Amino acid sequence: MSLRIVVTVKYVPDATGDRHFADDLTVDRDDVDGLLSELDEYAVEQALQISENSDDDVEITVLTVGPEDAKDALRKALSMGADKAIHVEDDDLHGTDAMGTSLVLAKAIEKAGFDLVVSGMASTDGTAGIVPALVAERLGVPQVTLLSQVAVEGGAVTGRRDGDTASEQLQASLPAVVSVTDQSGEARYPSFKGIMAAKKKPVESWDLSDLGIEAEEVGLEGAWTTVEAAAERPARTAGTIVKDEGEGGKQLAEYLAGQKFI
Amino acid sequence: MAEVLVYVDHVDGAVRKPTLELLTLARRIGDPVAVALGNGAGETASVLAEHGAVKVYTHEAAEYADYLVVPKVDALQAAVTAVSPAAVLVPSSAEGKEIAARLALRIKSGIITDAVDLEAGENGPVATQSVFAASFTTKTRVSTGTPVITVKPNSAAVEAAAAAGAVEALTVSFSEAATGTKVTSRTPRESTGRPELTEAAIVVSGGRGVNGAENFAVIEALADSLGAAVGASRAAVDAGWYPHSNQVGQTGKSVSPQLYIANGISGAIQHRAGMQTSKTIVAVNKDAEAPIFDLVDYGVVGDLFDVVPQLTEEVKTRKG
Ligand SMILES: Cc1cc2nc3c(=O)[nH]c(=O)nc-3n(C[C@H](O)[C@H](O)[C@H](O)COP(=O)(O)OP(=O)(O)OC[C@H]3O[C@@H](n4cnc5c(N)ncnc54)[C@H](O)[C@@H]3O)c2cc1C
Ligand SMILES: Cc1cc2nc3c(=O)[nH]c(=O)nc-3n(C[C@H](O)[C@H](O)[C@H](O)COP(=O)(O)OP(=O)(O)OC[C@H]3O[C@@H](n4cnc5c(N)ncnc54)[C@H](O)[C@@H]3O)c2cc1C
Repeated sequence: MSLRIVVTVKYVPDATGDRHFADDLTVDRDDVDGLLSELDEYAVEQALQISENSDDDVEITVLTVGPEDAKDALRKALSMGADKAIHVEDDDLHGTDAMGTSLVLAKAIEKAGFDLVVSGMASTDGTAGIVPALVAERLGVPQVTLLSQVAVEGGAVTGRRDGDTASEQLQASLPAVVSVTDQSGEARYPSFKGIMAAKKKPVESWDLSDLGIEAEEVGLEGAWTTVEAAAERPARTAGTIVKDEGEGGKQLAEYLAGQKFI
Repeated sequence: MAEVLVYVDHVDGAVRKPTLELLTLARRIGDPVAVALGNGAGETASVLAEHGAVKVYTHEAAEYADYLVVPKVDALQAAVTAVSPAAVLVPSSAEGKEIAARLALRIKSGIITDAVDLEAGENGPVATQSVFAASFTTKTRVSTGTPVITVKPNSAAVEAAAAAGAVEALTVSFSEAATGTKVTSRTPRESTGRPELTEAAIVVSGGRGVNGAENFAVIEALADSLGAAVGASRAAVDAGWYPHSNQVGQTGKSVSPQLYIANGISGAIQHRAGMQTSKTIVAVNKDAEAPIFDLVDYGVVGDLFDVVPQLTEEVKTRKG
């Protein structure tokens, strides 16, 4: 038996940098260094753990849709231990929204062949948290999403989803789409050996024509949503800061009373 | 006027506050038609009517509790077919966003997630999003299909507005995908008696500076004196001092209360992502250089174990 896992990983601008929009109201990717979305490290980690806990032959492919630099995200995932990588890159992808992204991912996953898709809970830039559900809908397979704990055994995936009002145990048969939260377990650091090995691992590049997708279906033009304006939030006016010299709590109470909170 | 579908988030018939906020927003763009699914769906009608629902579609079936997300998508799709709405509004919970996304794909419509405001526009509803950890505000609209928009809690004040709220049973036939993901067990979250984190008007949070699970009593005491919810930073959650369900931030809850009080929290970007839109921000931190002080309306540089109990006492006295 063999198990083919595809892990979707997004290349995003570093959240600790000064992120901005470009003139066409897409994310300015030149302004801030990019990296593998930290929440996708958890997806790679869970794929590696599923592989380590399995008696089957497991092959882990990492997949990204993004510009040339997105290879960095693939390299990071490969150095953590994934086996091979697919990079979907095409100039016509610039400005693609969540619908278009899920289309490209679903086509690429189908082409690659899969038993299990593992994604992060959300990207750290768009932060929508909807791409895994969309990919599942497109692939016509169960979604087992937002898991804080995941296991694969006997052709089924099980996991725990901690929701707003309840914690649920979920189960679905493969093939399926899984997404994991940052509660699923710390992601490992690439070892030196892993980093060296990653350099020799295959990275395939596909463009839209490889996936049978027309340019009009994606990109800014093909997006089903339109950003009309983006404005930097005005800096908060400097607040009052006091040093506690024994009366800090009382001073704060005075302030809160003045604001009618007490 | 055009009809606007509002997906009802409820627990056994008790409607959660974000849905009532959605009804308020929906009235800006049309006549709200509510869709309530699952156990207790029928019991939601009166409160929905009081808040402006002209019609309430209900459907009860075991599938909604027994399987993940897809049965609800099937039902919402049936409601879209029934009324051809001008927009579909769904609360921005994790599940709400997934339901909305799959619905949008099926009806070939764009989706906007995590809107914090909504207005009627020339080309359909315009949503405001607060992005990049709330450092930017964007105006976005759906350009293809029926706008599907998820809205964050605390994005509008709940307004009462009596409407007919005529209850109608929705006819739903479940898709093959509906039973794909089975919910094999469910453990309801125990109520603390405090307000819901995302709905509370005041949130009192503790971070690594609280330094121990037992010390969270200091944070809870302040919260209780103010009738507030308790939040925590990821550092406090990862240390096991407070449950993950109370985490505020990028991978926790995002809150937008009238007042946010951060205690022993440095103010990392991922924490700010979840609280930066709070109306008034207050912090207690012993490090005058902590980045959280860049955000505050009022800050106290000091030891939280001195400042917070004194504040709690003072609040009790003043309220007493
Ligand atoms: C601030 C901001 C707001 C946005 N708002 C909207 C909106 O309201 N509606 C809309 O349609 N689009 C929106 N977009 C565009 C959207 O973010 C992108 O299309 C994106 O590629 C998919 O959504 P996400 O990043 O939010 O992913 P999420 O749904 O948050 O991502 C979940 C997981 O999906 C996988 N994934 C996502 N993108 C990729 C990728 N390119 N390659 C590989 N794996 C991936 C990853 O595993 C990730 O962890 C927004 C973008 C930004 C920057
Ligand atoms: C992908 C990703 C997602 C994340 N998601 C989240 C998230 O959702 N929420 C979140 O909070 N973080 C999140 N983080 C973590 C975030 O980067 C920070 O590590 C975290 O917020 C720090 O928590 P803290 O402020 O409590 O701790 P610290 O940064 O250690 O700060 C503790 C503060 O307490 C002060 N202090 C100590 N003792 C006292 C005292 N006695 N009295 C007063 N002050 C005192 C210190 O001066 C310090 O400023 C995420 C990180 C990543 C990479």
